[in-house]
Amino acid sequence: MSDIEARGYAHSGVLVSTDWVANHLKDPKVRIIESNEDPLLYASKHIPGAVEVDWTRDLNDPVQRDYLDQPNFDALMGRLGVTPDTTVVFYGDKNNWWACYAFWVFQLFGHANAKVMDGGRKKWEADRREMTRDEPHYPAAAYKSPIRNDGPYRAFRNEVLTHISEGHPLVDVRSPAEYSGEKLHMEGYPQEGALRGGHIPGARNVPWSRAANDDGTFKSADDLRAIYEDEQGLSAQDDVIAYCRIGERSSHTWFVLKYLLGYEKVRNYDGSWTEWGNLVGVPIEKS
Amino acid sequence: MADYPEPLQALLEDFSWVSDRRERTEMLIQYADQFERVPEDVAAPPYPVDHRVPACESEAYVWVRQQADGTLKFYFAVENPQGLSAMAMAAILGKTLSGLPPDQVVKVSPEIVFELFGSELSMGKGAGLTGMVNMVKALALQFTG
Repeated sequence: MSDIEARGYAHSGVLVSTDWVANHLKDPKVRIIESNEDPLLYASKHIPGAVEVDWTRDLNDPVQRDYLDQPNFDALMGRLGVTPDTTVVFYGDKNNWWACYAFWVFQLFGHANAKVMDGGRKKWEADRREMTRDEPHYPAAAYKSPIRNDGPYRAFRNEVLTHISEGHPLVDVRSPAEYSGEKLHMEGYPQEGALRGGHIPGARNVPWSRAANDDGTFKSADDLRAIYEDEQGLSAQDDVIAYCRIGERSSHTWFVLKYLLGYEKVRNYDGSWTEWGNLVGVPIEKS
Repeated sequence: MADYPEPLQALLEDFSWVSDRRERTEMLIQYADQFERVPEDVAAPPYPVDHRVPACESEAYVWVRQQADGTLKFYFAVENPQGLSAMAMAAILGKTLSGLPPDQVVKVSPEIVFELFGSELSMGKGAGLTGMVNMVKALALQFTG
């Protein structure tokens, strides 16, 4: 039994180790994808053979606030040399924060053959594994995705309103200062891009990074249950919505709840605080 | 383009020749490679929270010292070893604003972040880097008449 399997996750196959990646660097059925918070990191060095998916350039619609559409996703996959049969493995900085975000967007297009490298870039570097500045080039691939299906993965503001009126749980994964609304009171630093501070009524505050160990790996299932279930009162049968500022940190928590703890119904509200904190007339709690 | 102090303007001239994103990224990485952490005689870890740059995800800190001739010298720490953008920004600000009088530093527009990194910078990253510029300006402000 591998170390990852021994941690008791509901779907341990969605995580791979740095060893696994090192052994599949030249596997034509595997594409390693780096996705970072810092836009300079990939170019500075990366795992040999890895391609980059940048959230701003590659995953967002350039005009309206939404993700790329089906033709552009197919074009992206074609450029990366990814076919529907390719296993894509995401990794990145910040304990795989953006890697989980890219993973989540890929699920909107049904690319279920996706994994995350446990520990991300931090662990790969700590293991002193090979890195390069050479950018790989793969033959363009033909990719035809199904029509984007946001429903099981993504919550919109009206759904959040219904969700709270029905008493279902939400997880606010921002820092305690963001959750309380304190940060918006720091003069001169409107870092949330929102007119109001606080959180969605009833949301529990579990900063996303609590799910990760110091070395960037995910905590064991028992440790995660201690946080989300023993401490916060969630259960795998709950209908849960996670949110943060724009949905990137909450995709990390979405990944934890859905795959590591096996929650059947968990969605990411990517409108998050930059939408909710600017909406007219929606309820807000401060604490 | 905003009006910047001469050393910063000269550096921007170099960036004005950049024709594509890859080249811009390479230049910024070169500045990140030049980043030097604050010397211990100025500040030693754990660094005080009142020197921490708000909104910066790479846990950056800024200090300032006034020199005998009245000009300022800036020092930085970036605690996230993968925070290359913060290191590049710190190296650029340290290189171009150290040696200037306070009244020139306080006039630097935070727009410098987007002129260096490009307009496609994500909101969060932009907030962190402009936070660093704003903190540099706030520290300089205390030395103005």
